[in-house]
Amino acid sequence: MSGLLINDISMRFDLPNGGHVQALKNVTLDIKSGELMSVLGPSGCGKTTLLNIVAGFLAPTEGNIQLNEEVVHGPGPERGMVFQQGALFEWMSVRDNVSFGPDMKGMSRAESKEKVEHLLDVVGLQDFKEKAVYELSGGMQQRVALARCLANDPDVILMDEPLGALDALTREKMQSLVLDLWKDTGKTIILITHSVEEALLLGERLLVMAPRPGRVHKEYRLPFADMGVGNDLREVKKHKDYGPTREEILEMIWNMEEEIMGRTEESA
Amino acid sequence: MTGLLVLALYVGAFFGSFFLAKAVFKSAFEKKGFNKLKTVTFGDESAITANRVASVISVITVFWLWVAFTNSVIPLPKFPGPFSGDMSFTYTAQLEDGTTDDATVTMRVYREDIQQTLDDEGNPGREPEAPEVEPGDGFAKNDSLTVARYSFKVVNVWANDEVSKRDGSSIVAINGEPIAPGESIKVGEGTIGLTDKGTPTFEPAVGLRMARLYLPAPEVVFQRFIWLNKEGYQGYTLLEHTWFSLKRVVLGFLIGAIVGVPIGYAMGLTGWARGWFDPIVEFMRPIPPLALIPLIIIWFGIGEVGKVVLLFLAALWIMIIAARSGVSGVAISKVHAAYSLGASKWQILSKVIVPNSLPDIFTGARVAMGVCWGTVVAAELVAANVGLGKMIVTASKFQLTDIIIVGIIIIGVIGFAIEVGMRALENWLIPWKGKV
Repeated sequence: MSGLLINDISMRFDLPNGGHVQALKNVTLDIKSGELMSVLGPSGCGKTTLLNIVAGFLAPTEGNIQLNEEVVHGPGPERGMVFQQGALFEWMSVRDNVSFGPDMKGMSRAESKEKVEHLLDVVGLQDFKEKAVYELSGGMQQRVALARCLANDPDVILMDEPLGALDALTREKMQSLVLDLWKDTGKTIILITHSVEEALLLGERLLVMAPRPGRVHKEYRLPFADMGVGNDLREVKKHKDYGPTREEILEMIWNMEEEIMGRTEESA
Repeated sequence: MTGLLVLALYVGAFFGSFFLAKAVFKSAFEKKGFNKLKTVTFGDESAITANRVASVISVITVFWLWVAFTNSVIPLPKFPGPFSGDMSFTYTAQLEDGTTDDATVTMRVYREDIQQTLDDEGNPGREPEAPEVEPGDGFAKNDSLTVARYSFKVVNVWANDEVSKRDGSSIVAINGEPIAPGESIKVGEGTIGLTDKGTPTFEPAVGLRMARLYLPAPEVVFQRFIWLNKEGYQGYTLLEHTWFSLKRVVLGFLIGAIVGVPIGYAMGLTGWARGWFDPIVEFMRPIPPLALIPLIIIWFGIGEVGKVVLLFLAALWIMIIAARSGVSGVAISKVHAAYSLGASKWQILSKVIVPNSLPDIFTGARVAMGVCWGTVVAAELVAANVGLGKMIVTASKFQLTDIIIVGIIIIGVIGFAIEVGMRALENWLIPWKGKV
């Protein structure tokens, strides 16, 4: 069985005062190869912690991560990562950023050229490949980040709010790009977001997490991502199920936030 | 008093030239580019650009104040100078029996720096002869003497008189005004007084300008600059003095950077190195390099090695701290991204941490170069065979103020050039600085 298995993960942080925080408790997820899963949840629900565990930056206190039936230890090129912003290398040109992964593998520029050029075409940055990344707009920088990740040909792409810092219009365009890339490459993608709409539009599977302890609250299987591929996302939003699902999830998260607030007030 | 006058003039020049320049150079006061559209600029620091007219006038003002307080040949308004040339006064000598006689003293006041001036053929000037005067009649005879500016002369008027002081001749009046021992009278050309023993003295008026010993005129300094280039001082030309100082700075700084940057990286990357070096760095960092000079001299002598070691120590701690903060300034997402792209630890260091820390290292390098330059001059002041600091301190022992000023100007210009050069290098090497 190929795919990503998040196997009964628990994460406990010890605090200096002797207490501890249960960031994640018994999270188990089986993500099939080629699935696009979006993760939603109020702040503090452990979604970024989960992503960091999958990426290998954090070791879970219990459980393990298995990729293609092999337990992973530490970060690796088979699990690519796209960050919100600021993770590009300013001292390199756009092209050098994209070919960073192949370069690290020791691949010659001639070998990686075809793939890098193709990716620059796909993300629409062919004309900007000689530019320094700090000369680009925020949206263009995220295109570079996507291309850089894909150039390494990872099995799984982990996205930590990749579009969070973009303005609404750029964000919509980038959402379409993410969908197209997903369909074209067939990669497994886990996407963390704060935006319910983004989670609905991009998530073939949508995971709502709850805090304290961080756990899976509810899971959805949604048709919108498939509809959105190659289509106008605004048309997708007109689908009869879209509005009600969005309201349901919003209400769910809203209640969680209320609960957190209430608990904080009680303890205060 | 003179200090207050300088301050008043300087403040006056600041405000006066503002209104003058505003009337004359209107375009320099206009806001440029986008700032033109801003209605509020007071409090908006980004809208403030240096007014280059002010910079030019500022430099001219300092130069003018320099000229104004010296006996410069530069035709700029100057303060009243010292009296120079011939003057005379009369004295009235009285014998014990009450008979009096008048005689004239002619004083020739000459430049105090006459021996340091050169004529057209390059020969140094000589002190002038006293003017020839008729002896005149009576028992008191006319006298003539020379005196240098900013100096003072005891006038033994009895030297050629028929009745000497010992035989009862005493001075009772100067220029007809009665005078007693210990008193003095002022005339335009100077002050004539009597000592407590009753001997006349003459002190030429000095005005507000400073003697060459205290503040040489700009052209004197310039001539000295030319001379230093040609003749040298203490066995080395000016270029050699400068070269030795610069060489020490560059060598000390480079060794400091080559040793310090890896240590800084190690401190940012491993706990062992941080724990190992932290106490040393924190202890050594606040010690001014100058405080180490005596120890350095004892250990290494006054030669090149000692200087380079001192500058190495001056640069080392700064470079360590710069490199360490460069490592801590790397955004963790960049490091994570590089690991996820398959980079090894070595590749993380060379491809991510080193380039990312360059801005911090460059800031440190700029500070270190400045500190090294200041330290080398101070170290040479204490002990050296050659170098700008050595040139200055030796010149001060021989009261060659013009050499001191040449040295100071060169030190300032080179320090400024180092800063400008480092900034240019920074803009060229690290174009992304401040744009992330």
